[in-house]
Amino acid sequence: MEKLLLLGDEAIAQGALDAGISGVYAYPGTPSTEITEYIQNSKQSKEHTVRSLWSTNEKTAMETAIGMSYAGKRALVCMKHVGLNVAADPFINASITGANGGLVVVSADDPSMHSSQNEQDSRFYGKFAQIPILEPSNQQEAYDMTRYAFEFSEKTGMPVLMRVTTRLAHSRSIVSRTGKPVPQNDLRLPSSPKQYILLPVNARKQYNSLLQKQVLFEQDAVESGYNIFTDGKDKKLGIIACGLAYNYLIENFPGSEIPYPVLKISQYPVPTDMVRKLVDQVEEVLVLEEGYPLVEELLRGLLNEGKKIRGRLDGSLPRAGELNPKIVAKSLGLKVHKGFDIPDVLVDRPPLLCDGCPHTDSFLGLNEVMEDYSSGRVFSDIGCYTLGALPPLVAINTCVDMGASITMAIGAADAGLVPAVAVIGDSTFTHSGITGLLDAVNNNSPITVFILDNSTTAMTGGQHSSAFNRLDDIVRGIGVDPDHIHVIKPLRRLHEENVEVIRKEVEYNGVSVIIARRECVQTLARRMKLKALEKKKAQQVSS
Amino acid sequence: MKKDIIISGVGGQGILTIAATIGTAALFEGLHLKQSEVHGMAQRGGDVQAHLRLSSDPISSDLIPEGEADLVISVEPLESLRFVNMLNTETGWLITSMNPFRNITNYPPLEEVLNAIWKLPRYVTIDADKVAKDQGSVKVANIIVLGAASPFLGLQYANLEKALEKMFSRKGKEMVMLNLKALKAGKDYAEKHT
Repeated sequence: MEKLLLLGDEAIAQGALDAGISGVYAYPGTPSTEITEYIQNSKQSKEHTVRSLWSTNEKTAMETAIGMSYAGKRALVCMKHVGLNVAADPFINASITGANGGLVVVSADDPSMHSSQNEQDSRFYGKFAQIPILEPSNQQEAYDMTRYAFEFSEKTGMPVLMRVTTRLAHSRSIVSRTGKPVPQNDLRLPSSPKQYILLPVNARKQYNSLLQKQVLFEQDAVESGYNIFTDGKDKKLGIIACGLAYNYLIENFPGSEIPYPVLKISQYPVPTDMVRKLVDQVEEVLVLEEGYPLVEELLRGLLNEGKKIRGRLDGSLPRAGELNPKIVAKSLGLKVHKGFDIPDVLVDRPPLLCDGCPHTDSFLGLNEVMEDYSSGRVFSDIGCYTLGALPPLVAINTCVDMGASITMAIGAADAGLVPAVAVIGDSTFTHSGITGLLDAVNNNSPITVFILDNSTTAMTGGQHSSAFNRLDDIVRGIGVDPDHIHVIKPLRRLHEENVEVIRKEVEYNGVSVIIARRECVQTLARRMKLKALEKKKAQQVSS
Repeated sequence: MKKDIIISGVGGQGILTIAATIGTAALFEGLHLKQSEVHGMAQRGGDVQAHLRLSSDPISSDLIPEGEADLVISVEPLESLRFVNMLNTETGWLITSMNPFRNITNYPPLEEVLNAIWKLPRYVTIDADKVAKDQGSVKVANIIVLGAASPFLGLQYANLEKALEKMFSRKGKEMVMLNLKALKAGKDYAEKHT
C-alpha cells in the first residue's frame, strides 16, 4: 500500500483521483486551493485526462460539475466557505435534481478568519440543502471519505458535501492509498428524463424524493463507521466531538483512555439514536465542534429544558474562533500548561504588498487624485490589493465580497456620493465584476472602475486568471464608451502621467474604466526562474 | 520519542524548507509526523509559522498545545519571540537567527529584541547571514538555522543530510553541497555555543 505525505487538501485530491473523477471544478480560495492544484500537477490526472482548469467562479464551477454528473461521470467541486455563497443557487438545486455520476462538493472553512472575511460554517449549507455531509478529522479520513463520498453519492443519487477547516486543509501527514484506483465512469445519461428539468411539476416530485432519502442518509451515518461511540466509565460527562475537534480531545489524554463516553461525529445528518444512547447515560454533555454550534443548538433546542448541554453557547468554549488543544483542555477542567510570557518588545507584523508590487504604484496614483475629494469614496474588493487598506497606503474604504466594489460604487453614487471609485483585480473582475459593470453602463453611473490587472490570481498563489488577455475586449463589449477606457502601466516613473489619466476619468460624469496592467512580481520572478533553469538545462544538453 | 517544534519567520524566508527537511528526515526514521503550514494572505510579508510534530506514537492534534513545544526554530529574532508562549518552560529551547527582517516601521531596537531572547533559560542565537555568507551564499541562512537546531531535534544527523540531498538534488550537485556545508556550519556553531 503506497504511503504519501499529504496536506489534508492533497489527501482529498488523491482520494478523488483514486475514486475515478473525470473532472475537478474550482475557483482558488484559501484554504481550498491546494486540492485543485494537486490534481493539476498530478501524473495520474494527466494519464487519465482528468479535466482540471480553473473555473471563472464558484457558481460556474458548481454548474459545470452538475453537468458532468448529469452525463454520468464523477465530478469534484472545490471552494472556500464564502465561495459556497457564490455557488449557493446551483448547490441547493443540485439536491433537488440529485446526482447521476458521483458529485462531491468540498467546502473549506476558515474559522478564526486567517484569510477570510467571515467564519461561516458550511455544515449549515449541507443541512439547508438536506444532503449528507462528511467532516474528516485527519488526513487519512480525508482520503478515505472522499472515495466513500463518491460511492455514497452514486448509491443515493445525491450530491455529498465534504467540509474541512484550515488546520486540516493545511496540515501534512502520512496517508495510505487504501484500495485500487477506480476507473472513470462511462457516459450514461440519467435514467429519468425529467430529473433535471426543475419545472414545478417535476421539482415537487424530486423534492419529495429528497425528503424520503433523509432516513437513508441518517441510517448511513450510523452504519458507515465514521460516527463512533466509545464508552467510558465516568458517566458525569458525555462528549460529542465533531471532525477536527476529536483530535484536540484525544490530545488531552495522551497514552490513556478517555474516562467519559464519547461520540465522534464525522458524518451528518446527526444520527439521533447514537446521540440518544450517549445522552441517556450521562449527567451532562459537552459538545466540541469547529465552527458554529450546530450540534450544540440541535441538542439544546430553543427551551433548553433537557440535560445540561455545554459548549460554545454556555461559555464552556469561546463563541468565536477555531479550537485548539488548550481551549478543549479548559472545557474539560484539565490543567493547562503555560509557556514563557510574551515580552512587551514584540510588535505585530501584518501582511503587506510585496516590494515592487504594481498595486502600490496604482494606489499611489489614486491616492494623489482622491486628495481633491472628501474621504470614503474608494470601494474595493477581495485580493492582494485589499492590503491597500493598511498603512502606509490607506487607499481603500470597503471590502465586502467578490465583485462588490463596482456595485457598491454604483449604489453610493446613486445615493449622491459622486464621484465614486471601484478598485478590483483582474481575476475578481471576471469572477463577479462583469455583471456589476453592465449595471453601471445601463445606469450611466458616475463611477470610475480601476481594474488592477496583474494578470494572475495573486493572493492564492498565482493561479491562471480567467481575465487573462480578455479584459479589454470584455470592458468594450459591455458597452463602456471607448473614449473612457484606458490602459496604464503602474510604474513609479510613469506616476505623473498615470495621475493625469486617473484625475480626468474620476472627474468624468459617467462610467470610465482604467486598466492598470503590470504582471505580479511573484509570478514574474517564478517565470524568470523557470526560464533560467530551462536555459541552463538546454546548455547542458548541447554541451 | 516525541518532539514538538514551532518554526517561525517572515513569509518568503524559507521556513517551509526547514519543516520539509526535518519532516523528510523523520520519515527516514519511521516516525509519525504532522506538519501544519500557513498559506494565503498571511504569506505576504507577514509573520508565518509551521507546527511540526514528530513522534514514535500516532499524533492526534495538528496543533502543538501551548506551553508544550520542545523547540522554537526561527529565521528571524523578533518572530522567535512571538511563540515563546508555546515553549515548555522546563525543557524548551529557542534557536534563532539574529538577523532582523525590517519590513515594518515600528521594528523595535535589535538590542531589546536580543535581550528578551537572552533572558530565556535555553537558547542559541546565531548570526545566520554571516555564517551563510562564509559558506558561499546568504540564501542558505535558513539551513544554517536548521543546522544550529540539529543537535536538539532527536534525529540522526546523517538523516538530515540525506533529507537535504533528496530535496535539493533536482537543483544540482552544487546546491546539495552548499546546503550540506550550511547545515554543518550551523551545527558546529550550536555545539560550540551551548
